[in-house]
Amino acid sequence: MSENVRDAGFDDLLDAIEADEGFYLRCANGHGSLPPRRACPHCGDQHLTEEPLAESGEIETYTVINITTPEFEEDTPYVTAIVDFGPVRLTGQVRGIDPDDVSTGLVVGPSIEQTATMGERLVVFRPR
Amino acid sequence: MTTVRVAGVGLTPFGEQPERTARDLFAEAGLAAIDDAGVDSGDIEALFYGNFMGEMAEHQGHQGPLMAEAVGLDVPATRYEAACASSGVAMRQAVRTLRNGEADVLLVGGAERMNNLGTAGATEALAIAADDLYEVRAGMTFPGAYALMARAYFDEFGGTREDLAHIAVKNHENALPNEYAQFRKAISVDQALTAPMIASPLGLFDACPITDGASAVVLASEDYAKNHDIEATVAVTGTGQGGDKMALQDRGDLATSPAADKAAKQAYEDADISAKDVDVAEVHDCFTIAEVLAIESLGFFERGEGISAARDGKTTRDGTLPVNLSGGLKAKGHPVGATGTAQIAEMTKLLRGDHARSDAIPGADVGVCHNAGGTVGSAVVHVLEVVE
Repeated sequence: MSENVRDAGFDDLLDAIEADEGFYLRCANGHGSLPPRRACPHCGDQHLTEEPLAESGEIETYTVINITTPEFEEDTPYVTAIVDFGPVRLTGQVRGIDPDDVSTGLVVGPSIEQTATMGERLVVFRPR
Repeated sequence: MTTVRVAGVGLTPFGEQPERTARDLFAEAGLAAIDDAGVDSGDIEALFYGNFMGEMAEHQGHQGPLMAEAVGLDVPATRYEAACASSGVAMRQAVRTLRNGEADVLLVGGAERMNNLGTAGATEALAIAADDLYEVRAGMTFPGAYALMARAYFDEFGGTREDLAHIAVKNHENALPNEYAQFRKAISVDQALTAPMIASPLGLFDACPITDGASAVVLASEDYAKNHDIEATVAVTGTGQGGDKMALQDRGDLATSPAADKAAKQAYEDADISAKDVDVAEVHDCFTIAEVLAIESLGFFERGEGISAARDGKTTRDGTLPVNLSGGLKAKGHPVGATGTAQIAEMTKLLRGDHARSDAIPGADVGVCHNAGGTVGSAVVHVLEVVE
């Protein structure tokens, strides 16, 4: 992975979330997915349009991670969660709340922040 | 279509052996399998080999021919990669090749070197079985991914950490006499519950260890076994494989493993059996919650009932359906690319009656092996039967 090379679609989504213009891809049959996609992963439909991502979603499941990879060493411990935005779910870290207070169903909004260890961009959820 | 016979099996001890290369590990297991089969190694027509993290662990790709060379074979050799189901898919391809009549004798196996990477390095290498863009970059680890599924399971069906602890206790107990197992030490429910948390709600004893090891199986056609007087009383009568979305966030449901549902259905239909016919199972318990998902997907328990099966004594050694008599990945160890065929090796010995835990299942003649890749984005199920 060389520096300065973007991952088309994925980095576009991070840019969009950063600008509060998050989106997802919707196929003709109404399934949601995230970029990069040329076909719907649920039905194979190739007619995908960008639709606005909801401003907030609910934590569907989460974990407090204590043992991690070298890339996240200084971030530890951290909360990883899967958040339900309706047509799509997103995985990211939960910040701005004590890990003990995180719960299923908590309403959060997405943002883009940096990891403490490497300064890499990642999806972060903060309580709304 | 020929009946595929398991002619011989071989394993290395599983455990921490960071100084051993994968080629050395596989040579030991492969030669042991050939010896156990009693076949002339010149009759082996191809090698189907599973490995996951060779590039990261020892800067070694293209391991197929390397491993053929290691066991002294000059045959076509291909590496299969499906994360922790790597040798499971290699097994499936070998079974299909024999059934197609394209070969009479094949070597199948896998190896993984992991401990030389250290805990953080191995965690990083394992993490790449997840979706890089949407999971790894968010800090998802493998224990983390299974923790997300465990919490989703608790929310949907109920269950507690104590239920999971009983699975760990059972599998450690089962491993006690298994000379190939990494952990031959009993643990208590209390020990499991008070161990450090890795990724809540999963603690240290909910997770399999980091393991170096290899496994191998010699498969033969029925005619070859008969004509060469090879004693092979166990046959592979069913094979199935299922797939799912790569990232958890794209799955329909986080508390089940549909890829394993599909693999089990296909394998049962192939063998013309049902879940009720199964006497014993080796399932992919990389984390305690994974055993729960597996035994529900295999149809042994209804959704929501697998969580208490170990606690209720149903899957223990003296239960109605013993699960992971080898110790499972939890106590036997999980050298990821070797696990699929290690399960086949353990099950073959259980059914032949020469396993340290065969006494638990007198007269058993149907066994099932369930091998999962990633967060069950891949699943392979095989049915083994005593056919005499």
